[in-house]
Amino acid sequence: MRIGVITFPGSLDDRDAQRAVRLAGAEPVALWHGDHDLHGVDALVLPGGFSYGDYLRCGAIAAHSPIMAEVIDAANSGMPVLGICNGFQMLAEAHLLAGGLIRNDHGNFICRDQGLRVENTSTAWTNDFAANAEITIPLKNGEGGFIADADTINRLEGEGQVVFRYLGVNPNGSINDIAGVTNERGNVVGLMPHPEHAVEEGFGPDTAAAMRSGVDGLSIFTSAIRALASV
Amino acid sequence: MPTIVVEVMPKAVLLDPQGKAVTGALHRLGNTTISEVRIGKRFELTVEGPVDETLLAEVRAYADDMFSNSVIEDVVSITVLDPSTSSGTEAA
Repeated sequence: MRIGVITFPGSLDDRDAQRAVRLAGAEPVALWHGDHDLHGVDALVLPGGFSYGDYLRCGAIAAHSPIMAEVIDAANSGMPVLGICNGFQMLAEAHLLAGGLIRNDHGNFICRDQGLRVENTSTAWTNDFAANAEITIPLKNGEGGFIADADTINRLEGEGQVVFRYLGVNPNGSINDIAGVTNERGNVVGLMPHPEHAVEEGFGPDTAAAMRSGVDGLSIFTSAIRALASV
Repeated sequence: MPTIVVEVMPKAVLLDPQGKAVTGALHRLGNTTISEVRIGKRFELTVEGPVDETLLAEVRAYADDMFSNSVIEDVVSITVLDPSTSSGTEAA
């Protein structure tokens, strides 16, 4: 099982995402934004960071990268594609996911361990979670406010395309506390929080059991492996 | 050389956090008459040669596909500035 992680100019969590893929049991493959080549990978991760310095709109310039032509084709043909933070913004800009991400309503960058509820466990990236699982993974962004028009929100809610919802205080003004969504087919998922930072004991969020022992993010990556194994 | 100006604004129905922050700052300075500030973007494209309909069509496509995101923003104007008359012609 080979999962590609695309590096864009300004990506900063690409190595973490590769490590998460490895810890989940797949082989990470480094991909480059300027290529027109997915190197035959089985799934794709668009990692977090600040591509092109967040100029224009977060993810907007990266969404026009050469490799995005192949990403869009792969997503439309059913390949599992995950966008984390800046990667989520790119998928929204590329219209592979509905809605948009804007500056946090309080105007501040926020970095904290964030509780989420997994509300759709049938996607390619969440099938390894129990239904309505409550997880904690890091959140770190300045422009994570999820917005869409009322019709789009109603459709996402009605069709079960809201995958992750913030628990507790809404961290950024996202409509309906939406932290992550999927497409109709369930193969493309985007979320603002960072599962790749909660995959190994000693480096994750604090838990009741021990400091930094949280590994709730790992199931995102094992889910993709499960989804690919069942094809 | 002519300049094409593209202006983009956040959709009126959606929150503009930058504008909200500036509105708050004005009120803290003592202003009581400005009820809202909304912040958009202005793109100035310098063109080599004449601006024809083919180029304008191309710019309209860039305005829709790259300069703005139709989910959260609207292209409010595309204007051609002619340096010889320093007047603007609405081209949207």
